[in-house]
Amino acid sequence: MKNNIYMYVLVMALVTYLIRMLPIVLARKEIKSRTVKSFLFYVPYACLAAMTFPAILTATDGGPISGAAGLIAALIAAYKEKSLVTVALIACAAVFITERLLGLF
Amino acid sequence: METDNFRQGLRDGIPIALGYLAVSFTFGMMAASGGLSVWQASLISLTNVTSAGQFAGLSIILAGGSYLEMILTQLIINLRYCLMSFSLSQKIRPDVPLFHRFLVAFGITDEIFGLSAVKEGKVHPAYNYGMMAVAIPGWTLGTFLGALSSSLLPGFIMSALSVAIYGMFLAIIIPPAKKNRPVLFVVLGSMALSLLFSEAPALKQISSGFAIIIITLMTAGIAAIVSPIKEDNVKPE
Repeated sequence: MKNNIYMYVLVMALVTYLIRMLPIVLARKEIKSRTVKSFLFYVPYACLAAMTFPAILTATDGGPISGAAGLIAALIAAYKEKSLVTVALIACAAVFITERLLGLF
Repeated sequence: METDNFRQGLRDGIPIALGYLAVSFTFGMMAASGGLSVWQASLISLTNVTSAGQFAGLSIILAGGSYLEMILTQLIINLRYCLMSFSLSQKIRPDVPLFHRFLVAFGITDEIFGLSAVKEGKVHPAYNYGMMAVAIPGWTLGTFLGALSSSLLPGFIMSALSVAIYGMFLAIIIPPAKKNRPVLFVVLGSMALSLLFSEAPALKQISSGFAIIIITLMTAGIAAIVSPIKEDNVKPE
């Protein structure tokens, strides 16, 4: 490490904060454009979906099979409109059980 | 009103914090094994509150990369927060004092944004503060514990916890996708593109943070043109 670690942390934190802060502070007026409004309405769904799949398949130690078990369990629970915590815990439980079962063979 | 929002934020922040513990624990372990102190690792988490950006930043620190490299990497990986921040700017009433926006901005993470963005109507900053009050300590504590002890929790528990965040994401996007056809197509389209970006030979080279930006712009952009929402800003036609 030839550079100062605290300088690195400062640079990281500053860049990350500016990215988060500038749009929310500068774009204060209500947007009138219907297309822009529609775009912003769809952004969270597009973003969260892209982050979830296929990343969930490689998140676990047990590989894609236990990740897939977590995915399927979460999909079913989310489809039944369970709460956030419930869906998250069901996904964790499915991964846990699958990894134990895989360990038996 | 304000305390109600704060309380609801605290409640919704709990699953976020639990999911964060697992991820930030891993970050803490990696930082400590790379030679950073427990304090330094925790400081990074407290001041950055972002997973992908921190992992990328850590690898630059450990490799002794330049500050410019650090700036560019953080910019690309975290550019999705720019979209989220822009989206959230419309969810806060214009008459809310400006300093709230500076504070809310610090807590724009994938999960906190996900919850506040899909809330019906406007969002009160107190709701975000509630989530931040649980999620940020959770994120920092996980890092602290991970750095402190690389064998605090057995591996199989960590492995199971690592899907908690994705479970939450699905709990956010699936119910609206059930009722709303365009949202369903956005969700399926994003997932298909995301798979393509992680597997296709040339596209694989693109960092995952950058891929998410491209995918979000594409699917949300197409949906906005093909099925614009009604003026009341709740449901597409």
